[in-house]
Amino acid sequence: MASRKGDVSLHARVVVRRTGFVLDAQVEARPGRIVAVVGPNGAGKSTLLAAVAGLVVPDEARIDIGDRTLTDTARGVHVPPERRDVGLLGQDPLVFPHLVARENVAFGPRSRGAGARESRAVADRWLADVGLAGLGDRRPDALSGGQRQRVALARALAPEPAVLLLDEPFAQLDVRTAAELRDLVRAQVRRTGTAAVLVTHDVLDALTLADHVVVLHEGRVVEQGDALAVLTDPVHPFTAALAGVNLVVGTMRDGAVRTTDGVVLPCGDPAPASGARAQATFPPSSVRFVPPQEAGWDAHVVDTEPGATGIRVRTTGDVLVDVLPAVAAGLSLQVGAPVRLAVDPSSVRVRAVPTSGPVAT
Amino acid sequence: MTSTAVARPTTTGRTGTVGAPRLLWLPAALAVGLLVMPIVALVVRARWSTLAADVMSPAAREALRLSLTTSVAATAICLLLGVPLAVLLARTSGWAADVLRALVTLPLVLPPTVGGIALLYLLGRRGIVGESLDAWFGIRLPFTTAAVVIAQAFVAMPFLVLGVEGALRTAGTRFEVVAATLGAGRWTVLRRITLPLALPGLISGTILCFARALGEFGATALFAGNTPGVTQTMPLAIYAAFNGAGVPQGTAVALSLLLVAAAVAVLLAARAWRPGRAT
Repeated sequence: MASRKGDVSLHARVVVRRTGFVLDAQVEARPGRIVAVVGPNGAGKSTLLAAVAGLVVPDEARIDIGDRTLTDTARGVHVPPERRDVGLLGQDPLVFPHLVARENVAFGPRSRGAGARESRAVADRWLADVGLAGLGDRRPDALSGGQRQRVALARALAPEPAVLLLDEPFAQLDVRTAAELRDLVRAQVRRTGTAAVLVTHDVLDALTLADHVVVLHEGRVVEQGDALAVLTDPVHPFTAALAGVNLVVGTMRDGAVRTTDGVVLPCGDPAPASGARAQATFPPSSVRFVPPQEAGWDAHVVDTEPGATGIRVRTTGDVLVDVLPAVAAGLSLQVGAPVRLAVDPSSVRVRAVPTSGPVAT
Repeated sequence: MTSTAVARPTTTGRTGTVGAPRLLWLPAALAVGLLVMPIVALVVRARWSTLAADVMSPAAREALRLSLTTSVAATAICLLLGVPLAVLLARTSGWAADVLRALVTLPLVLPPTVGGIALLYLLGRRGIVGESLDAWFGIRLPFTTAAVVIAQAFVAMPFLVLGVEGALRTAGTRFEVVAATLGAGRWTVLRRITLPLALPGLISGTILCFARALGEFGATALFAGNTPGVTQTMPLAIYAAFNGAGVPQGTAVALSLLLVAAAVAVLLAARAWRPGRAT
């Protein structure tokens, strides 16, 4: 139905300066693909989306969709939100409370000049697409939270925007509803060929939905690439923390990365040259508690918390260890307890640390 | 003795409520008495045998007709001018908006008679604008029906503006932002999102505005005078009748009851048409 002409990829470079905070980020999204922008609260994710949506005027920016320029501060171009062809789905569905589901979804097409009957027919098709067939006459307060978010998704897609911005759209949903909505968003983005930007601090969102991940930290892109690669083998300590992966930096010696905290991480080939600075990443589940005399390193327990598969133990040297409850029961893991740890070389990824790179040592 | 202190299941069956202190009943009852008893006294005092004749008298009907038409006109003016003002006030912040809001609220706290004098000095024959109106266009506002409408709009507009502005602020701008990303221009957003979301405040503000216009006395008396059929609205007719200008006090009571009935009708209509219940 949409008359998409040529390439409708999103290219955005945005600089927003606020007191004590600078956002300087670049993001690109291709049709039918989802790029995830991950970062903690305050990293500038929502500001980036607001700039793309035209809701804030950046200090410096160039935002294009295909050959349309939406924002170009150098030339004083700023297309208002209603003419940008950019949809927005936020954490809060914000379904118009005075309109039934069908009228909510029909709002976009009507605003773009379609007739009332045609818009309602379009809305009914979209409601069916998001699994709400037959609920068009429901008022928003007669819908569940998940259903309201479905209405909001249908409403955002009904005007057939070239770009869809997703601002933590699953944050307020329960686990199961969130999983269903993730599948729905992925399917609809693929089907409609919409270029989507997903902002989230949830690694699961990025892993399950995104083709490409951009890691935003204190207003800057610190890392980006294929979602699985970035999140399982992070380069930046912040990404590692976000993804729950151990990342330590040390010196290569005798086929292992050794840190000043005494952590010893054996690595297979190819390994950086001996004496080189290197960083190693390894999942917390690959770390084992071993008897005192075995190969490994000595550490102390810093604290323990519930983990994804049992108990997550934080140890000195910034190493997280995931241990099954049954195993943990046989160990004395009170705070300060001495432990000996080891990691299988096959679980460790090692790379040389660039002399001038994003990694602070 | 201790058994009375034990919490018993509430008779209403509601959960999660803490009963109000019983001592509150006394002042609350006095408040109800203060508000309701005068109306009761009015009803008791009425001479029902002549009530119909009093109410149907040409003077009374003329006053009622004038009151309703001027109040409707004043309310229409308030809607036409007050809603845009409320939208702008709700969407601006800073000291200028605060000052403007205080100025808009002024007629609310000003004695209406002061308002009447102020209107005379502005629009009277020697008024700073009125003089020019007379000289250039031959328009003389004081002591005309138009003056009644202006006086009513002056005292009633704040009710509408504050009601609508409050509703707009409560609704917030988040829905408007969503509407804009869906492709709606500013007028569409105003018409389909902003105003519908503020509808409860708009309706209650309109009703208060109309009721205030209907009961307006002081500013009207000074600025428009008390000419039967031209500027003598219900409150002025009641005042004239009560002062016994050749009219028995029974007429004043009858007219008062008519005004009470009109007010009650407005309130009932408002309750029946409250959109907050449906949403």
